[in-house]
Amino acid sequence: MRTAVVFRPIDTAALFAEVSDTRHGATVLFVGTVRDVNDGEPVTGLDYSAYGAMAERELRTIVEEALVRWPAADVVMEHRVGALALGDVSVAIAAAHPHRDEAFEAARYVIEELKKRAPIWKREHYASGRAEWVEQTTREKSGAGARP
Amino acid sequence: MTVRVLLFASYADALGGPEVLLDLPAGARVSDVRARVRSLANGKRVPERPLVAVNQRYASDDQVVSASDEVAIIPPVAGG
Repeated sequence: MRTAVVFRPIDTAALFAEVSDTRHGATVLFVGTVRDVNDGEPVTGLDYSAYGAMAERELRTIVEEALVRWPAADVVMEHRVGALALGDVSVAIAAAHPHRDEAFEAARYVIEELKKRAPIWKREHYASGRAEWVEQTTREKSGAGARP
Repeated sequence: MTVRVLLFASYADALGGPEVLLDLPAGARVSDVRARVRSLANGKRVPERPLVAVNQRYASDDQVVSASDEVAIIPPVAGG
């Protein structure tokens, strides 16, 4: 297992390769990318910032929890911070397991817990020139996700 | 005692920087830190009960803080 908060582009193929092992029959690679719209407003780019030391600790804790739940899994993840352009990879999780159900579940667990708990923030830049810290999306307000 | 409180994202913008130094009585709790931060200029832009971390772990309202602790007010997170 490995987790990191990085200031450079994320190499998703490297994460996939990192968990590669012949005992695993399934690898789920989750990749989060910068979307061009939020709540109907065109987005031109994002700045991610983190409480670095705590984010590192929280990501490690989340992956450790996943490995307790799915002991045969291997999980690596990276979250990027800094200025990102549309389409850039902001987060990648590679979860490998002997079987696919557990690989999917472990990847899902890690991304959902990250979104709830990791002290990472993003400021969206809009086509209008305005920029705002994202605090809660419409999907989250509707119950699709929630802060802790 | 003087406690250093880290601020991030919209809270850092509201309060004008990435940290504030608070003079608090010995035995002060997380709830006291919150109240003091909200008493600063523009402090009301921080909600009444934001999450607080002490030494990089989420803390409860009644956790006691000391001068050597790293305290942080955590805005709603938006990673991923």
